[in-house]
Amino acid sequence: MSTFRTLLIANRGEIAARVVRTARAQGYRTVAVHSEADAAAPHVKLADDAVLIGPGPVGDSYLRADRIIAAAKAAGADAVHPGYGFLSENADFADACADAGLVFVGPPASAIRAMGNKAAAKRLMIAAGVPCVPGYQDPDQSDASFVAAAERIGFPVMVKAAAGGGGRGMRLVHKSADLVNALATARSEAQNAFGSGELILEKAVVQPRHVEIQVFADAHGTVVHLGERDCSVQRRHQKVVEEAPCPVMTPDLRAAMGAAAVEAARAIGYRGAGTVEFLLDVSGEFYFLEMNTRLQVEHPVTELVTGLDLVALQLRVAEGRPLGFGQDDVTLTGHAIEVRLYAEDPATGFLPATGPVEMWEPATGPGVRIDAGIATGLDVSPFYDPMLAKVIAYGADREEARQRLIGALKRTHLFGTVTNKRFLIDVLSRDAFAEGKATTAFIAEQFTDADLAAAALPLARAAMAAVLLVEAEQDRALGRSLGMNAELLGWTNGEGLATRVVFEAGEARHDMFVHPAGQGSYRVATGSDELSVAVLSKDGIHARLTVDGRRHQVAFHSAAPGYVHIEEDGVAHALRNAVSFAAAAEAAAGGGRVTAPMPGLVREVLVEAGQTVATGARLLVLEAMKMQHEILAGIDGTVTEVLASAGKQVAAGDLLVEIEAAE
Amino acid sequence: MAVFESRINPGSDDFARNRADMMALVGRLNEIKGRAARISERRRDRFEERGQLTPRERLARLLDPGMPFLELYGLANYLADTDDEPKSVPGASLITGIGFVAGVRCMIHVDDSGINAGAMTRSSGPKAMNCMDIAREKKLPYIHLVESAGANLMQYTVEGWAHGGGLFYRLGLLSAAGVPTFVVLHGPSTAGGAYMPGMSDYVIGIRGRGRAALGSAALVRAATGEIADEETLSGSEMHATTSGLVEYLAEDDTHGLLMMRELVGRLDWNKNCDAPAPKAVRPPKYSADELCGVVPVDYRRPYDVREVLARIVDGSDFSDFKPRYGSSTVCVQADIMGHACGIVGNNGPIDPSGATKVAQFLQLCDQAAIPVVFLHNITGYMVGTEYEHAGMIKHGSKMIQAVANIRVPKLAVHIGASFGAGNYGMCGLGFEPDFLFAWPNARTGVMGGQQAATTMTQVALQGAARKGAEVDMDTLKKQEARLVAHYDRQEDAFYTSGRLLDQGVIDPRDTRKVLGFALATCWEARHRKVQPNAFGVSRF
Repeated sequence: MSTFRTLLIANRGEIAARVVRTARAQGYRTVAVHSEADAAAPHVKLADDAVLIGPGPVGDSYLRADRIIAAAKAAGADAVHPGYGFLSENADFADACADAGLVFVGPPASAIRAMGNKAAAKRLMIAAGVPCVPGYQDPDQSDASFVAAAERIGFPVMVKAAAGGGGRGMRLVHKSADLVNALATARSEAQNAFGSGELILEKAVVQPRHVEIQVFADAHGTVVHLGERDCSVQRRHQKVVEEAPCPVMTPDLRAAMGAAAVEAARAIGYRGAGTVEFLLDVSGEFYFLEMNTRLQVEHPVTELVTGLDLVALQLRVAEGRPLGFGQDDVTLTGHAIEVRLYAEDPATGFLPATGPVEMWEPATGPGVRIDAGIATGLDVSPFYDPMLAKVIAYGADREEARQRLIGALKRTHLFGTVTNKRFLIDVLSRDAFAEGKATTAFIAEQFTDADLAAAALPLARAAMAAVLLVEAEQDRALGRSLGMNAELLGWTNGEGLATRVVFEAGEARHDMFVHPAGQGSYRVATGSDELSVAVLSKDGIHARLTVDGRRHQVAFHSAAPGYVHIEEDGVAHALRNAVSFAAAAEAAAGGGRVTAPMPGLVREVLVEAGQTVATGARLLVLEAMKMQHEILAGIDGTVTEVLASAGKQVAAGDLLVEIEAAE
Repeated sequence: MAVFESRINPGSDDFARNRADMMALVGRLNEIKGRAARISERRRDRFEERGQLTPRERLARLLDPGMPFLELYGLANYLADTDDEPKSVPGASLITGIGFVAGVRCMIHVDDSGINAGAMTRSSGPKAMNCMDIAREKKLPYIHLVESAGANLMQYTVEGWAHGGGLFYRLGLLSAAGVPTFVVLHGPSTAGGAYMPGMSDYVIGIRGRGRAALGSAALVRAATGEIADEETLSGSEMHATTSGLVEYLAEDDTHGLLMMRELVGRLDWNKNCDAPAPKAVRPPKYSADELCGVVPVDYRRPYDVREVLARIVDGSDFSDFKPRYGSSTVCVQADIMGHACGIVGNNGPIDPSGATKVAQFLQLCDQAAIPVVFLHNITGYMVGTEYEHAGMIKHGSKMIQAVANIRVPKLAVHIGASFGAGNYGMCGLGFEPDFLFAWPNARTGVMGGQQAATTMTQVALQGAARKGAEVDMDTLKKQEARLVAHYDRQEDAFYTSGRLLDQGVIDPRDTRKVLGFALATCWEARHRKVQPNAFGVSRF
């Protein structure tokens, strides 16, 4: 038994908050660690104690094993929960914890190592009799060997980073001629992302489902599985929706996959929570993919259908206590679905977004669980994964869970940064998903650019936003005034004073004049139309209005003059009154001001002050989410100033280069 | 305290007739007031071509959305520019009023450069000076959006020029009174007009459009032979960088107005004024909308002014002061939008009891420091032997003296007749009410036209009788008709408002709002601390 009293959570965001909750409920003292950027984050506020471990970038904070161990010592912790990501699958960190006398809440370092290298893991699994995708996982990394192996396995094949995960270093190759190039790019991506260029090759299973088995092992020889999760809905190998159980699961298949997963865990002397990922093809054949030796992001769906608290079980096992139940005690009831709410913009190829969280209001309701790591007033920082929250719904059956989840998403409001919320609602609403037919090809097959484009802004909604903006500005003025009788609001004895509001959203431009027409009522005139808008009630961010007599229910927020967010039926728009601002001042500076299109790290600066550039010239390279983006000149001219420097982290909108336009 | 029980039946024929009559006058008011906007709007293309906002867009952009705006002198210069009623344009080429900028109650002055390029009319100077006086008295920051061709040389009058200096005199006084003055220089301000920015505490200049010069390029060439381009001579950029006249340089109208709003916000002006204690305000039990049906437009038809009060005061609830004494003069205590005030109205001519009642009532209001509202519907003090014997002059004088000397805010509205000394006793223009408005049915003057004409006929007949002369009744009839027309024309509310004898003609249904706004303005003025200085702030 290695009991402990104080648990340090070596992570951030929703998972750190989630681990703290269970640990506290179990009676442990909790210690959070945080970077400078996370000083006010929810996980810090939630924990009993918190230790600063360094600046924002993960390499200086959450990935610094030495600082985390020092923090544990300083705060009197005797155990470390690594969460997921960061150091959770770092065997050296597990060793370092042990060396420092800290209980590592996770598997033995040897098990991490065994599964850490995909090639080695696969060899191990083949030896253990776990079904594997035919492939090539030899230490011989020559192109010729890969080509020969690919011919033997048969195309299409998947090139993967041996040390990797999360889709980085992955390439789907359809024909022999493309393989060598794919190897080169995958190798360099893998080298960048994981510090190892080692690759493996697998037969690409066409349109498979991604089904994973949750396993749990204690130090007393008990290894159980807690059923499966279907994570087929993925975008570029990143999970979007996860659910339990899998819609096409049968008891026999579950038993077979469960047994294989348990076998995999036993083969490496596993302990604690782990996940064995499989590909499940249409015929019911399944193949070992990899094993994640940690708690998964999507563990809540398993918790909801099993009624177990996986973090509580992790802590119990880490203390050396027996799990306390066997395979036969595990029952699955109902259905749970989880989606990942990200700060990213589907309309721009899912570029990560940053910004202030002006308003965060998670939904509540029967069967709804939201694990979030954000709070109103904080920033979505460019340093970390843009996942904001997990929205999870449980139902007696899949359809109930699905409907509840759609409802919960619609009632969950985040203003200030772009999110993928509408995309998630769209995914959940598609027939193929509703029918349980989604495979890993679902998103690529179903979603066109038009589906992902920013939502159109209908006039009625623009008019409501304009009215709510005018009222927000009125409220701001009222707040600064010495008070005003409500009867006088919107009144003048002069000619009607209309407020002009111009919203530009995609192709649409709504040029409106908002005329007060008695308390809470407005006429909104555009060139050709006139709408009658009435505000019936407002409660926090929620408002009920009528437009030409039709009722609407919206969420809204105006954080600053001229800006308003409006959301109706899950569709959000961040709007800016174009005429509230010094348009000419911005336009004059415009073209020559090159700003960062997204948060990222400046990799390379290719120009210097004084240099003449032509439209389209490469100015610098920005790395964001491991992808390299070239920033090009928008006008012909002379570079007057270079504000970016290589190695510097920049936020979206930061000024990078200034160009003075050529005459 | 009692909630008034109205005897008006809104379903009656009288009500319908009154309403139709009054609505016709309100329609006329709106038509006349709309003229300036319509004419100015014709120049929209020119403004847009130059990347400018129209004057009314500037005003809307300057003001806080949704906050009220009390326009002042909206009919200024009406029938003063021409006798041709349909051609007369009200407003005097400027829009003025009290509104809110960044939550601060301000006096706003917008040059209506859509009309004759904003050139001054004969009423423009007096209108602006009146607004400056109100700003100083009420401690309202003065914001002037400047774009004016200046004095109209074609319509030069020497007295216009001489009195015009009062504009700059008042800017000097405002600055010294601790009331800041602001200019956004949207367009030209030449010659005397250049002192508008020059005398203002803060100037925001619009790049490429705002100009200020003592002599325009044309004048400079005529005077000295120098060939100068306007921008180098007088542009905002030059003033921001070289002369130092412009404090803030803006890229366009929108930018300049945004800066203006920020600038007012940065004064933190409301820090020096306590907010009134919040009160739950009950609207009147009887709708203000009924006012048009309650009041006959012909002042000769009597009605109970309490029916008007019931549609103005909070909860239609008031206390009648001495209702059985001097009963044709009505004094009540009531709240208007939470402001306690005394209100004086008329149900007939003022008799000696009525005069002493009002005099006492005013002193009581003064003692309690509550504002007084005068609702004029007065044909005058009672005449005749009985009343002279009763000391009508003595008692009327007491009342007028009280009106002159009470130290509380005085607000007046001409809701019907306001004739002779009755006008004085009810705090007419000469008694410097803090605010003075008129309903469109109001008639003001020394006496009614018919009365004047009949009086003159009587005088002629008596004179002829004394001399034993023959009276040409035909000539007398003609004289009578001429006199009636002469008086009637001048007693019309639209005419008097055009002559700046009030601050505007209002829709009767807006009376409660106008008074509520005005009372709040007076309240702020009396509670605001300013920091006066001896010479005004100079630009070095």
